[in-house]
Amino acid sequence: MMNALLIDSKDNVAVVTCPVGQGEQINFMDGSTMRQVEALSAIPVYHKIAVCDIPGGCRIIKYGHVIGQATRDIRLGGHVHCHNVMSFEEKGQE
Amino acid sequence: MKLYGYKRIDGRVGIRNHVLILPTNICSSDTAGMIARQVNGAVSFHNQVGCSQVPSDMQYALDMMAGFAANPNVYGTIVIGLGCETCQSGLVAAEIRKRTNKPLAGLDIQKEGGTVRLMEKAVRMAQQMAIEASMQQKEEISVTDIILATECGGSDQTSGLAANPVMGAMSDRLVNDGGTVILSETTEFIGAESILASRAKNEQVKERILNIVARYEDHFIRNGENVRLGNPTPGNKHGGLTTLEEKSLGCIGKGGTTVINEVYDYGKQIAADVRGLVVMDTPGNDASSIAGMLAGGAQVVVFSSGQGTPLGSPLAPVIKITGNEHTYHMMEDNIDFDASPALTGKRSMAELGDELYALVLETCSGRQTKAEVLGFTETAVMRACNYV
Repeated sequence: MMNALLIDSKDNVAVVTCPVGQGEQINFMDGSTMRQVEALSAIPVYHKIAVCDIPGGCRIIKYGHVIGQATRDIRLGGHVHCHNVMSFEEKGQE
Repeated sequence: MKLYGYKRIDGRVGIRNHVLILPTNICSSDTAGMIARQVNGAVSFHNQVGCSQVPSDMQYALDMMAGFAANPNVYGTIVIGLGCETCQSGLVAAEIRKRTNKPLAGLDIQKEGGTVRLMEKAVRMAQQMAIEASMQQKEEISVTDIILATECGGSDQTSGLAANPVMGAMSDRLVNDGGTVILSETTEFIGAESILASRAKNEQVKERILNIVARYEDHFIRNGENVRLGNPTPGNKHGGLTTLEEKSLGCIGKGGTTVINEVYDYGKQIAADVRGLVVMDTPGNDASSIAGMLAGGAQVVVFSSGQGTPLGSPLAPVIKITGNEHTYHMMEDNIDFDASPALTGKRSMAELGDELYALVLETCSGRQTKAEVLGFTETAVMRACNYV
């Protein structure tokens, strides 16, 4: 059963489409191939999960574009959100 | 699929055939509404601008009014003025004539001696115009004649994940087939403007994209507001949006992935020889954003809403789409297209984009949308500042 969405094939995050528990498998289509990733922690619905290792300092890609930068190492299956991502646009703010 | 529409004397092509009863300001709005209700085929709307405005603000009102009359879905226009407003009916008529030579008439309430006396003349004029309009026959037209306005409002987490990407797939198809798509809502570019700018056809278009965003942001700053702060909102973050770039990318996705060929200020007329994806500077506010694109010449609107909205327009069919399955079922009377299968993976974005494109073509050929059938005509206008 598909429970996540990879919007663009260049993305390194998928969005889960229902709440996912720690250790649960997420399934999503990458083009015509189905892929599976194990969630390292609980992921709330519509939140992002890493579909590959993302080292600290690397860019988070969604919609085929950069949406921010990892502030620490993120492992395959890790929850990707404010606690480990920094915005480039918000950097310039006071 | 063959498309049929109305070829206007000014060379543009409409997919509906309205007689527009155009109020020049709020004071003549109810009167205009009464006239429209007396005549089959006539439409009107409440116009909150047109008076008590400084010149820069008044220009938006004039562009909206002239653009509405020039919109290809309109056969002809009867301008209803009060008599003392800043957007005098004569001035509005002159602005209309800069854009189109379609049938045009006008009356002022004060000159005719009040609304009831004006009604007699106006209904007679509108009746005559409606009879003429009814003689117009549909002819075969091309998808290259279509200008489609895109909009999103009442967004939720599904908007950026399903509805807008499906709209984007549809937009790409329309552009590839030679049509025109308008991407708007400048406030929603903030955070993704450099990505948009990188898709500009040339340096001039690139500069314009960056300029309209900077101009809008500057407008807020001068009013003591900073739209980047607290954006995404706590609600957005709770719902899964992490950064401003991510939020904005979710919004601009509805315009698709093609080259941006031109940038238009609010309500300015899209040139007859322009095709492909264009940007118009409009607010995120739905009713005023749609009004600007209609003034630009859009004949059809596709509008994504995660939470659902009944909003329509007086001139053009508004096709509603949602990516939220629950919303679709709750508000099925107001929503035309369910994009939620994209979220469950039951259907691909491309398949749903193709279906939406087919619905757009059917709508252009006469199929009515839910908002259209219910007769919703909500209209608002972009503002530069407060009333005087």
